[in-house]
Amino acid sequence: MATIDDHLQPAPNGPLPVVIRRHSLATRLTHWINVVCLSLLLMSGLQIFNAHPSLYWGQYGADADSSWLSVSAMKQDGGARGVLRIGNLQITTTGILGASGTGDDAAERGFPSWITVPSYQDLATGRRWHLFFAWLFVINGTIYALISFFSGHFRRDLAPSGDEISPRHLGREIADHARLRFPKGESARRYNSLQKLAYVAVIFVLLPLMFATGLTMSPGMDAGYPFLLDLFGGRQSARSIHFICAWSIVVFVLVHVAMVILSGLWNNMRSMTTGRYVIETGRSE
Amino acid sequence: MTFSITRRRLLIGSAAGLGAFSLTGCDDVAQNANVQSVLEMAERLTMRSQRLLVSKDKLAREFSEEDISPTFRPNGTSQPDSEDYTRMMESGFADWRLKIDGLVDRPVNLSLADLKMLPSRTQITRHDCVEGWSAIGKWTGVPLGPLLKSAGLKPQARYAVFYCADQLEQTIDGSGTYYESIDLIDAFHPQTILAYQMNGKDSEVAHGAPLRLRVERHLGYKHAKYLMRIEIKDSFAGLWGGKGGFWEDRGYEWYAGI
Repeated sequence: MATIDDHLQPAPNGPLPVVIRRHSLATRLTHWINVVCLSLLLMSGLQIFNAHPSLYWGQYGADADSSWLSVSAMKQDGGARGVLRIGNLQITTTGILGASGTGDDAAERGFPSWITVPSYQDLATGRRWHLFFAWLFVINGTIYALISFFSGHFRRDLAPSGDEISPRHLGREIADHARLRFPKGESARRYNSLQKLAYVAVIFVLLPLMFATGLTMSPGMDAGYPFLLDLFGGRQSARSIHFICAWSIVVFVLVHVAMVILSGLWNNMRSMTTGRYVIETGRSE
Repeated sequence: MTFSITRRRLLIGSAAGLGAFSLTGCDDVAQNANVQSVLEMAERLTMRSQRLLVSKDKLAREFSEEDISPTFRPNGTSQPDSEDYTRMMESGFADWRLKIDGLVDRPVNLSLADLKMLPSRTQITRHDCVEGWSAIGKWTGVPLGPLLKSAGLKPQARYAVFYCADQLEQTIDGSGTYYESIDLIDAFHPQTILAYQMNGKDSEVAHGAPLRLRVERHLGYKHAKYLMRIEIKDSFAGLWGGKGGFWEDRGYEWYAGI
């Protein structure tokens, strides 16, 4: 994927900058469409969650059944107290989860209005947005997967080699990441192993799980493909896994964006937009 | 260098614009009619895909007695408050009648006792509310397909519209009356039944007594309760909001398979 642009002047004393083509057009386009899809899927998904802010394991689950996670408001003097409950653990989350606003303005609400689409409670609209962007996300992901498979992007750029996942190598990379020392020179031409593992986990595990658990919540698809219910242990289990995977993707995105900023925001943003990425090599030997 | 600064400004500018959009503009965008019609494309795509991927006789999973939810949450109306309904309820629905009319050759008028004498089907299925919860219950009732066949559908018949005894929203013009509709593929599905029993007993009022629709490959709001009349129609024109159901008129999808 590297073609060297030769018009760059080397800095008088510093390292020699080389511009390479880092990301293909397909990767760049599908990446930014994904940014839009995942953001709106999260926000409309939390709108849907707010319609019944409890999660269960198994085939069924409703108010009278025991949930493993719930977000609720408890009445108290001077307003409502928001509570997130996971198993037996209760955490007061007033203002964020369970209850938004304070005093007389306090309202019972799972996730707060600034993170849902639309901001006010409207399940019908939330579903419209969610299912539209779910389609766009699946079409976009399919295009990316087909192109990346046939172009060799998966095999060449994403699959870690045996050496790259050796404990010694991974240990060194973790230490480097912890010191915020990012690859330079030849090794900057490739994704590092931690990057590869993170991308592989998201592309081949988390996103397909989101898709499959989403389908398992559909009574229509369950009739056609009942193995989905066996695979995930029931519709309510699938709903719980859908929720857990959504937040796992949020965690990935937070780390991803932090790494983008720390390892050179401008260079990274340019490489994901125009494809051009500057790597610093040593002085020419 | 100048070029890259300009570009950087552009990028920062658009990022700021996007930020402002996401904070203040989302609700405006969500309410825009053009945006809504684009979003609605997804419903047609979903319906076509599910119809293509799930053949018309595929059954929803049926569970065993042990899987039945200990408590089945009633939803929507749990006690219709019209005088007519109260009178029927007090007489054990002895004078209740189900009418099937519209685009049929022989309109049907059946009492609860008549329905109970017809061949029945019992199924233990999962009820999925659009809100996200599920409950499993056992339903016994008359399969709708054979009933419609005996009434004789006219060639223009496309939809079965279900009129209910309850008003979920109190309005003067009657637009709060609950109604639903399904097409003939779902009407003739083997698990589509008019259920008069739940969990082995006559249906409770909270669950739609005397008769409710079970259309198992759809979300809960399609399963109309307190059935009074089934009209066979070729379109939803002239029916309240024109979208084919109480919740459909309030923004929910007519195709509720997901």
